[in-house]
Amino acid sequence: MTLKARVIPCLDVKDGRVVKGVSFVNLIDAGDPVDAAKAYDAAGADELCFLDITASSDNRDTIFDVVARTADHCFMPVTVGGGVRSVGDIRKLLLAGADKVSINSAAVQNPDFVSEAADKFGDQCIVVSIDSKKVSKPGEADRWEIFTHGGRNATGIDAVDFAIKMVERGAGELLLTSMDRDGQKSGYDIGLTRTIADAVHVPVIASGGVGNLDHMVEGIRDGHATAVLAASIFHFGTYSVGEAKRYMAEHGIPMRLDPPGEAA
Amino acid sequence: MIAIIDYGSGNVGAIANIYKQLKVPHLITGDLSELAQAERYILPGVGAFDTTMKHLKDSGMVELLNEQVLGSGKKVLGICVGMQILAESSEEGEESGLGWIKGRVRKIDPSKLPAAPRLPHMGWNTVITTPGARLFDGVDAAHGFYFLHSFYFDPARTEDVTATVDYGGQITCGVAHGNVFGMQFHPEKSHANGVAIFRNFAEL
Repeated sequence: MTLKARVIPCLDVKDGRVVKGVSFVNLIDAGDPVDAAKAYDAAGADELCFLDITASSDNRDTIFDVVARTADHCFMPVTVGGGVRSVGDIRKLLLAGADKVSINSAAVQNPDFVSEAADKFGDQCIVVSIDSKKVSKPGEADRWEIFTHGGRNATGIDAVDFAIKMVERGAGELLLTSMDRDGQKSGYDIGLTRTIADAVHVPVIASGGVGNLDHMVEGIRDGHATAVLAASIFHFGTYSVGEAKRYMAEHGIPMRLDPPGEAA
Repeated sequence: MIAIIDYGSGNVGAIANIYKQLKVPHLITGDLSELAQAERYILPGVGAFDTTMKHLKDSGMVELLNEQVLGSGKKVLGICVGMQILAESSEEGEESGLGWIKGRVRKIDPSKLPAAPRLPHMGWNTVITTPGARLFDGVDAAHGFYFLHSFYFDPARTEDVTATVDYGGQITCGVAHGNVFGMQFHPEKSHANGVAIFRNFAEL
């Protein structure tokens, strides 16, 4: 009888197609984000995240169509991030059926944008996505710095200070991605997750580095996150969402489990 | 015909999609004459209390809905902020609410929350329903609903409570008084449980 931890599969979408594809059984079109969303919905995902990595501005509208078609079929919460730079972008995504939008580099470049977005749409639908790397040397106190452009550009901004400022400006949730861990399958950066989760009073999503189900348990139990995000372990079918949730529940984390017999 | 009241929010589409799947006649509208023809209403939630109330007042929908709901006894279901505006007032804003169910909307008190208090109350939570609350027929209350809010309806009369949720103590997440119903969580985002709620509302 308590709020449950959330498991959030994240789909990278480029020009309206899933990047690298999703290898599920029974998926009609592995590159169609809507088919993938439907599969995750059926598997009991607690939420879904689309990250739009479309580079060309000509194709930026493809994500609105993806979100709208997903909302036609999936009665679950959807967060959309990537290229969110204006109030107009947010309005269009919410109208298409997104429940939350995630702001990344625009929050670093212009923190006022986060305040404006939270005032207009309510802080419950504004997620700030923070990409950071550990920059402290061995033996020093832990320190993380914000990086932009997929981890290439250092900003000199301290990640913990930035997280606190974003919440003051109205971020209703933080998505913390460790750029060191992303794709490494060695687990979330627990120090980063816990330091920020303990410093703010909004929900925190751990992201970057998940390789097995113990990592998801650690994200919640040790990182104090309220949700865990994963991409490849679900897309490549290493684990199902249902398996992840049952495993976390077996390790003492409150989860929303499908009734027996219905688990995907 | 169920009218899903259009404030230009994204959630109206999600509700319409469920009714489409259930093959229940519905329309999304903010048009006063279409609203007057409808048999039931859904008030979805968008943004803040004041924004929602201002929109309803400025568009003339408050008078129309008062006539239809209080006068003609048509059934209405408010969701999230749509539930909150059923109250008389809110700590979130200055505007008066519809006042169809006596009570005030309050901010969840973070000091009452467990070790690491976090707001918004975001995610899936189990609910406790009042026996006989017909909108919850066939719902797996332990499986729960999706919540996304920082304010909650504190009704003046305990008999108007149809469901509660534990977040720093039990807070009200379902209300009903006569033909007026409200839910704080998002049934349109709550998989099969949410579909059951919309089916029940259509069949009430």
